[in-house]
Amino acid sequence: MKNLKTIIFFAVVILALNLNAQNNAGLKLPEGFKATLFADTIGSARHIAITKSGVVFAKLMYPNKAGKSIIRLEDVNKDGIADKINGWANYGGTGIIIKGKDLYATSDNDVYLYQLNDKDEVVNPLSPKTIVKGLIAKNQHASKSITLDGDNNVYVNIGAYSNACQEKDRTPGSKGMMPCPILDSAGGIWKFSGTKENQVYGDGKRYATGLRNVVGLDWNTQSNSLFVMQHGRDQLNSFYPTLYNDAQNAELPAETMYELHEGDNAGWPYVYFDPYQKKKILAPEYGGDGKKEGGENALNPTVFFPAHMAPNGLLFYTGDQFPAKYKNGAFIAFHGSWNRAPLPQEGYFVAFVPFKDGKPNGEWEIFANGFSGLAEGEKVTNVRKVKSRPCGLAQGPDGSLYVSDDARGSIFKISYAK
Amino acid sequence: MAKQLTILFSTLLFFTISANAQDVVKGKKIYETRCLACHQADGGGVPNMNAPLDGSSNLVGNNIARLVKIIRGGYSEKIALDGYYYNNVMTANPDLKDEDIANVLSYVRNSWSNKASKVTVAQVQAVKNKK
Ligand code: HEC
Repeated sequence: MKNLKTIIFFAVVILALNLNAQNNAGLKLPEGFKATLFADTIGSARHIAITKSGVVFAKLMYPNKAGKSIIRLEDVNKDGIADKINGWANYGGTGIIIKGKDLYATSDNDVYLYQLNDKDEVVNPLSPKTIVKGLIAKNQHASKSITLDGDNNVYVNIGAYSNACQEKDRTPGSKGMMPCPILDSAGGIWKFSGTKENQVYGDGKRYATGLRNVVGLDWNTQSNSLFVMQHGRDQLNSFYPTLYNDAQNAELPAETMYELHEGDNAGWPYVYFDPYQKKKILAPEYGGDGKKEGGENALNPTVFFPAHMAPNGLLFYTGDQFPAKYKNGAFIAFHGSWNRAPLPQEGYFVAFVPFKDGKPNGEWEIFANGFSGLAEGEKVTNVRKVKSRPCGLAQGPDGSLYVSDDARGSIFKISYAK
Repeated sequence: MAKQLTILFSTLLFFTISANAQDVVKGKKIYETRCLACHQADGGGVPNMNAPLDGSSNLVGNNIARLVKIIRGGYSEKIALDGYYYNNVMTANPDLKDEDIANVLSYVRNSWSNKASKVTVAQVQAVKNKK
């Protein structure tokens, strides 16, 4: 009897493992790709980073049930599923990035630096170096995401604590402030030294401005420049119902990718990018009517995507595992929209844009879909019921792509088998 | 006499019911134009972003004054609501009349799985602090 139970137990386990492998952890992928559920229910996994030996680290938006907010995941038996999981730190946050044995992680105010040993275990979980401190974090776009260039500088997104820089945020009829005072300390990317301790605003510089909120950002080693994904503004129809109906709000403005150089300005809050007119349109808070153009000195997007899909992760793929078309291209994790209601929501997938020599080289396409858990072709209408929301991206040493999800707390590992 | 009373009573009852139904219809309209964008059609909100109204213990609770202030003045506090935090700022509705506030609150307190008493105009008027 006991034997029978054991046999049944193992049969179920094997079946479950098989199903996991067969159905690609529920994801829909291009021909030849497969996925495993590398980890599940680890907590609200935002960004992820991977060491050269393949150890995965995830930053959680809130400490998990065990009170930990940086999770270390190792796949000791190399079956595509993490089997050694532990964690440290007790502060929520989004940003995490690894360079060699340096692990940078962020709270909503600070950037910390931890040291890893030769087994990629954290040496100083309780006493990280504080690299940057005292960044603005209010109750909106507070999360700090980070990336590094090749010169030991760290780039930090400081999101605008506002939707459209109105005198009263998200209030119908409230005018846009001119100039927008938020831009002095937020609404842009700040550059700091990655090695100096205890830096504050004055020690860094505003690298680029006019960015409402960036969550996904990555350094492109081909162009040797920073690329970011902006979250476009919300609620055009709520505040300007005579200019924008529900259907127009659902498609305006585009979500945008920018290549940034020092001193660049992407135009928020004065303009937004209209994907149909393919123009920078003056925001209604600043006298716009949906047609008037603006932002003469502001950047045009490098690539644009449908509205409100919330790009939370950006990764330039430098691996050799995937087919040649993916080399040096951009993967983007779209967390999924909410501001398309009452129309159905969009996003909840990982997209791909081919790049050549640091420039886009073809149309964007959906790479991995099915995170929402809905049947194919079914649109999200109840955001609360969505199973997984793609958030962070990282590349493993073997060229596999990892995708984190802050709804269910899972990490997917996507690989290509020739 | 008894018959007359019955007629009077049913007439009254009829008016009360239809008046109530009216409130809910009006409340629903306000919800759709002013609240649905964030709190969604299913009242489920958006995890970590916009608080759910369906199943909110505060919403079906007795602190009507707090609810009225939230609708009038908007809301953005880093306070856990049923154990979770929300990273968005709720729009203020300074232009909504007391009656509209009563209607929309009555609607959300009695939609989806929520069941609670209706909010009266008098209860809204009683909240003097217009902030
Ligand atoms: C711009 C998005 C937005 C809009 C529009 C909006 N809300 Fe909210 N609402 C929120 C957010 C975000 C919170 C939680 C804020 C926090 O926790 O700091 C919230 C909280 C609430 C709460 C408190 C819930 C609790 O559990 O205590 C109520 C009640 C509420 N909203 C009702 C409404 C009603 C009714 C409307 C329409 C008149 C409305 N909201 C419009 C975003 C919005």
